[in-house]
Amino acid sequence: MSSHEAWIREPLVLGDKSYHDISNDIAKPIEGKANKQWWIAFAIALTAMLWGVGCIMYTIGVGIGTWGLNKTVEWAWDITNFVWWVGIGHAGTLISAVLLLFRQKWRMAINRSAEAMTIFAVICAALFPGIHMGRIWMAYWVLPLPNQFGSLWVNFNSPLLWDVFAISTYFSVSLVFWYIGLIPDFATIRDRMEKASRPISQTVYSIMSFGWSGNARAWHRFEEISLVLAGLATPLVLSVHTIVSMDFATSVIPGWHTTIFPPYFVAGAIFSGFAMVLTLMLVMRKVVNLEEYITINHIELMNKIIMLTGSIVGVAYITELFMSWYSGVAYEQYAFLNRASGPYWWAYWAMMSCNVISPQLFWSKRLRRNITFTFILSIVVNIGMWFERFVIIVTSLHRDYLPSSWSMFYPSWVDIGIFIGTIGIFFTFFLLYARTFPVLPIAEVKSILKSTGSQYKK
Amino acid sequence: MSTKEIHGLFGDEEILLASAKELVSKGVHVKDVFSPFPIHGIDPVIGVPPTRLHIAGFIYGLVGMGLALFMFWFTLIMDWPMNIGGKPNFSLLQNLPAFIPVTFEMTVFCASHGMAVTYFMRNTIYPGKKSWNPDLRTTDDKFLIQIDLSENSMSAEEIEGILKSTGAEEITQK
Repeated sequence: MSSHEAWIREPLVLGDKSYHDISNDIAKPIEGKANKQWWIAFAIALTAMLWGVGCIMYTIGVGIGTWGLNKTVEWAWDITNFVWWVGIGHAGTLISAVLLLFRQKWRMAINRSAEAMTIFAVICAALFPGIHMGRIWMAYWVLPLPNQFGSLWVNFNSPLLWDVFAISTYFSVSLVFWYIGLIPDFATIRDRMEKASRPISQTVYSIMSFGWSGNARAWHRFEEISLVLAGLATPLVLSVHTIVSMDFATSVIPGWHTTIFPPYFVAGAIFSGFAMVLTLMLVMRKVVNLEEYITINHIELMNKIIMLTGSIVGVAYITELFMSWYSGVAYEQYAFLNRASGPYWWAYWAMMSCNVISPQLFWSKRLRRNITFTFILSIVVNIGMWFERFVIIVTSLHRDYLPSSWSMFYPSWVDIGIFIGTIGIFFTFFLLYARTFPVLPIAEVKSILKSTGSQYKK
Repeated sequence: MSTKEIHGLFGDEEILLASAKELVSKGVHVKDVFSPFPIHGIDPVIGVPPTRLHIAGFIYGLVGMGLALFMFWFTLIMDWPMNIGGKPNFSLLQNLPAFIPVTFEMTVFCASHGMAVTYFMRNTIYPGKKSWNPDLRTTDDKFLIQIDLSENSMSAEEIEGILKSTGAEEITQK
C-alpha cells in the first residue's frame, strides 16, 4: 500500500510498525516494572517535593515574612515562579490545540506528554498566588460568593481577578481535553490486560476508560469534540498569558507599563514551554524506548518553533528598549538603563544571552538535529526564561520613585525551598505519569501510520 | 441457540471500509463498526448522522457569556457599585471593557465543560460503565463490523458470504 503523503516529507513513525506494535511499544512502560533509574529519579523528585511542602507549611504557619521580600520589592520569586510555570504549561496547549487546527501530524507523538506537562506546570503555578496571599484560608475570597461583608464583592476590573478566572479555566479545560484523548488509550490498555493476572490494574484502567468501546458513533463525536475543544483552547491559551502579562502591564510601574506585554509574554511562554517539552522528551524517548516515534525530525521541528518564538522574544526586548527611549519619560528610560547596567545587570545579560542569542544557533540544521546540543540549549532557555521574569519583576521594583526606598532582593532559604519544591512536584507527577499513563496517544499515532509510517513511504 | 448477530473481523481499516460499502450496497444494514481509531469515511456509509455537539457547545458558550454579564451587573453595578479608578460603576455597558477578559473565560469554561458532559452522555460512557466492544482486539489492531440479523432480511449465510468475499479474517455468530 502506498503512502498518501508526499515522499519529500520525512516519515514520522520509523521502523516498519504495525498497529499492534504501536500498542505494544506504548503500553510497555505501563505493563513492565520500573527500573532502578526510575526509582532514583523518583526518590530525588519526591524529596524535593516534600522539602517544598515543608517550606510552604512554614510559610503558611509563620507568614510571608519568611521570604526575602521587603517594602520596596514586595513581589519577587513567588510571581517569577508563577509566571515561569504558567509559561511552561503553554507549549502543551499549543501542541495539542494550535497544531491540531493547523493539521500538523507531528504533534501526535508529543501531544499527550506535552499536555501532561501543562497540567503539572499549572498545578505548580497555581500554588504561588495561593500562598502569596499570606492567609491561604481566605483564598475563597477571590470567588464572587454572596457574603456578609457588605461591599466585599470581588473586583472584576482587576487583572489579578482576571487571572483567577483565566488560570482556573485554563487548568480545567486542559484537563478535560487531555482526559478525553486519554479515554480510548485507557481502553486499549484495559483490553490488553488479563483480568486474572492483574485484577486491580485491570479494574482501575477499566474505570478510567469510562467503558469506551470504540464504536463508530463515539469516534465521530470524539473527532468533533477534539476539534472544537482545540478551537476553544487556542484563544484560551493566548488569553491566559495575555492576562498574566496584564498583571504587570495595567500597573503604572516603569518597566511594566507597556502595551507590548501581551504578545511578548505569549511568545515567551511558548518559547519556554517548548524548551521544557524538549528537556522532558529527550530523556523520555530514551528511557521508554520511543525513539521511533519521537524522531530527530520531531526534535528539529520543535527547535524551529524555539527559534521562531525566541526571535519574537528578542524583537520584543529590543522594542521595549527603543520605546523607553522614544517615550521621553525619564522614569521609563531609567528603568531600562538600570536593568542593563544596574546592580542586576548580570540577570539582564543572562536573560539576553540565553533567550536572544542562544536560539539563533538553531539556524544551523546540524545543531537543530543534534540531540546533545538540543538538550543543553533547552536547559539554557529554561534558565533564561526564569531570569526574564525575575528581571521584569525585581528590577522594575527595586528602584522605587524615592531613592531613600531603593533596595535589593535576596531570596531566603524558604524562597529557594519552595521553588525547588515545585520542581519536585512537577517531576514527581511526571514520573508517576510516565509509568501509569500511555505517554503517546496510541489511537492517534495509529491513525497517522499509513500516511507517514516509514514502511508506507518506501 | 439461534444466531442474532454476525461479527466480521478485519485486519485493516481500508478493507473494512470497502466491505462495509459492499454490504450496504447489497442492502445490508450495518449496526455498528468498532475500531481502535477513527476510520475516515465510514460515517456516511453506515449511516452515522453528523453530530450536533458543536451546536450544543455554541449554546453552552452563550450561556457562559450571559452568566458572566449577569454576574458583573448584579455584583458591581446593581448590588454594590464601587468607585474603582473612576471607572463608570453605574453602567454595565460603559464598564464593559474591563469585564471582557472574564466574559471570555466564562464563555470558554462553559462551552468546554458543557460540551464534555454532553459528549459523555451521548456516548453513554462514565466511570464504571462496562465496555461493549464484542472483541477485545478492536481496541488494538482489529476492526469489526457488527450486523444485527433482526434488522436484516438477508440470511446469515448470505451476509457471511459477502463478508468473506470482501476480506474478513474471522466471522463469528452470536
